[in-house]
Amino acid sequence: MTAASAPPPPPVRPPEPSFAGTPPFPQAARIALADEQLRTNLGRATTTIRTKRAAAVAERADWEALRLAGAAIKDEVMRDLPALLEQLERAVTAAGGTVHWARDAAEANAIVAGIARDHDATEVVKVKSMATQEIELNQALRDHGIDVWETDLAELIVQLGHDLPSHILVPAIHRNRTEIRDIFIDEMGRVGRPAPAGLTDVPGDLAEAARLHLREKFLRARVAVSGANFAVAETGTVVVLESEGNGRMCLTLPEVLVTVMGIEKLVPTWQDLEVFLQLLPRSSTAERMNPYTSIWTGVTPGDGPQAFHLVLLDNGRTDVLSDAVGRQALRCIRCSACLNVCPVYERTGGQAYGSVYPGPIGAILTPQLRGIAKHPVDKQTASLPYASSLCGACFDVCPVRIDIPEVLVHLRGQVVRQSEATHRLPTPEAAGMRAAAWALGTPGRLGLAERAAGLAGRVLGRSGSLRRLRGPGPIGCWFRARGLRAPARESFRAWWRRTDGGRGGD
Amino acid sequence: MRVALFITCYNDLLFPEVGTAIVRLLRRLGHEVDFPAEQTCCGQMHFNSGYQDACIPLVRRFVDAFAGYDVVVTPSGSCASMVRRYHPLVAGLAAERGDDARLAEQVAEVAPRVLELSELLVDVLGMTDVGARFPHTVAFHPTCHSTRLLGVGDRPTRLLAAVEGLTLVDLPRSDACCGFGGTFAVKNADTSVAMGLDKVDDVLGSGAEVLTAGDTSCLMHIGGLLSRQQSPVRVMHLAEILASTGADA
Repeated sequence: MTAASAPPPPPVRPPEPSFAGTPPFPQAARIALADEQLRTNLGRATTTIRTKRAAAVAERADWEALRLAGAAIKDEVMRDLPALLEQLERAVTAAGGTVHWARDAAEANAIVAGIARDHDATEVVKVKSMATQEIELNQALRDHGIDVWETDLAELIVQLGHDLPSHILVPAIHRNRTEIRDIFIDEMGRVGRPAPAGLTDVPGDLAEAARLHLREKFLRARVAVSGANFAVAETGTVVVLESEGNGRMCLTLPEVLVTVMGIEKLVPTWQDLEVFLQLLPRSSTAERMNPYTSIWTGVTPGDGPQAFHLVLLDNGRTDVLSDAVGRQALRCIRCSACLNVCPVYERTGGQAYGSVYPGPIGAILTPQLRGIAKHPVDKQTASLPYASSLCGACFDVCPVRIDIPEVLVHLRGQVVRQSEATHRLPTPEAAGMRAAAWALGTPGRLGLAERAAGLAGRVLGRSGSLRRLRGPGPIGCWFRARGLRAPARESFRAWWRRTDGGRGGD
Repeated sequence: MRVALFITCYNDLLFPEVGTAIVRLLRRLGHEVDFPAEQTCCGQMHFNSGYQDACIPLVRRFVDAFAGYDVVVTPSGSCASMVRRYHPLVAGLAAERGDDARLAEQVAEVAPRVLELSELLVDVLGMTDVGARFPHTVAFHPTCHSTRLLGVGDRPTRLLAAVEGLTLVDLPRSDACCGFGGTFAVKNADTSVAMGLDKVDDVLGSGAEVLTAGDTSCLMHIGGLLSRQQSPVRVMHLAEILASTGADA
């Protein structure tokens, strides 16, 4: 039989999970809110990191000055971006590296796959990187027959669990250690060294299992892929901050290193790093300094990778730059402080945002990267700017002073304008808002509306409270869990007129 | 000093007793208060929901109604922050469209004079003891916009601490948003309610008989959840407590 001589079929692995198909935020949030385990895991984790961050920041008397400096440096980068990028390209090239320019995800993925193929690589090891998540590089490389191994502990948990990340810094924040142990036991053996027999859920044992599993991949891989926290235009230097040392392994052991970097990750000069190396660790992990900071410039003969490729990724960033209010989102240094303090994120988790960028920063970055300033966006994207109570906790903690509430409201304006431009008839919400604006237009109309509401309240109310109204619209949404006082029989305005402001007797 | 009251549209309709409390309180302290009848709404709901263009006539009306007053007092930290922080942006939008070139200038004149109640009492009138009596256990909810946008700080709790007979108790996790958030409360009702129920737990844990705040909007949300739980905890605006002399409490 010919089948007997055919090579065994490769083990079937499900495709890399994708955020495509996530429902709009209110629906996705409802699903997440029903998951008690998720809410417990998230509540515990965000409360801990939030408290630690506050303490780490309070140690610095000059924190506000550092924030202002961080924002100012990033704004300078945005202003001079083309010249700075070309300066970076010259410096990297002079140091023996190769610079590639990628307009979008497809171009970036093709460049990375091409480099891996040129070096006959069948697998790559990865440093934790948001840019490569954004372009879904892992699936793209697998489509080219190249295995991709995440080496950050949390990314490993997500990858082994065929899961999606839910946090920028701690992508497996939604998992507790028992769940992680089960994932390691079930999955490690399918893609490499199995979990040790009798693995417990003690954090040290889990870390050891990951260390053993990853070690053989570090020693074998010939190509590594990383992102970048910063790149210095002046010197061509690239900087990666991490906690576990897996990044250092990837950045030093393989022969070839490919770094995919969003074009906004630049800083103009080496000295500018001083500001960000203080802002980032305290904001993200609540540490004075992170354990591993890897800094390299091009290639160094006999030391580390002998081929270095830097892929400069646009993927919507120049569209963001063109929006005078929205562009402050490009200051983001991916610290996650805004996620950790966000009362919405704390309850829904990150996956509800349907993007690798969750939480408050995701709510302003994702719609912009998806082109909201240029063309109508899908319903899920359009729901993101509304995924906030505008409490402002995010702005307070942002190390580069991104006024996230301001950008959220700005993007809501874009959503409304797109909706009004694409619907022939106004949506119920738009009709309601326009009617409210008309009623609020003069005190006479408002007084009439108030009298009507007072009457309606008397019809619908009982002892001062409205009956539980049901329905699909905003009224039903309010009454599902909340009571409401009936509108007053007499508005303040009417009382003032009737009693001459209380002077004419009441 | 000419003090005007900006009642805000939802207090006008739903909580007129908050307005009468402010009038009573300021008169007791020897100050007269005007109610400019031309006022309607600060435009916050439209601004925050993405209908920024609809705010232009509302901001125009606001500056016309309150021009000429030394101070405008309002029982809403949220609406005060809309005026002080975002009316200049609306005026900028109007200028961009060539709608109303003079609006920015008038907003710059009027907006800084708009104060939340505790700011008026502590900063302008220079008092923390307003002669109130309220023999109850009270927790204070520092609303997000009062705290983060206006920066009222400890002004409200200093006022409460000076009220005769009042026992002020700590509200755990007081800086956490209650989940109201304007249209967020209905657009993302499930998340809003989840946030609110955690706030309710903290309120109940505080041992307070009364929850107070500088915004009835947040109190309407928290109070709406409390009432569904048949909780005896009442919600009252700060002005109602400060206006109280014990006879009615």
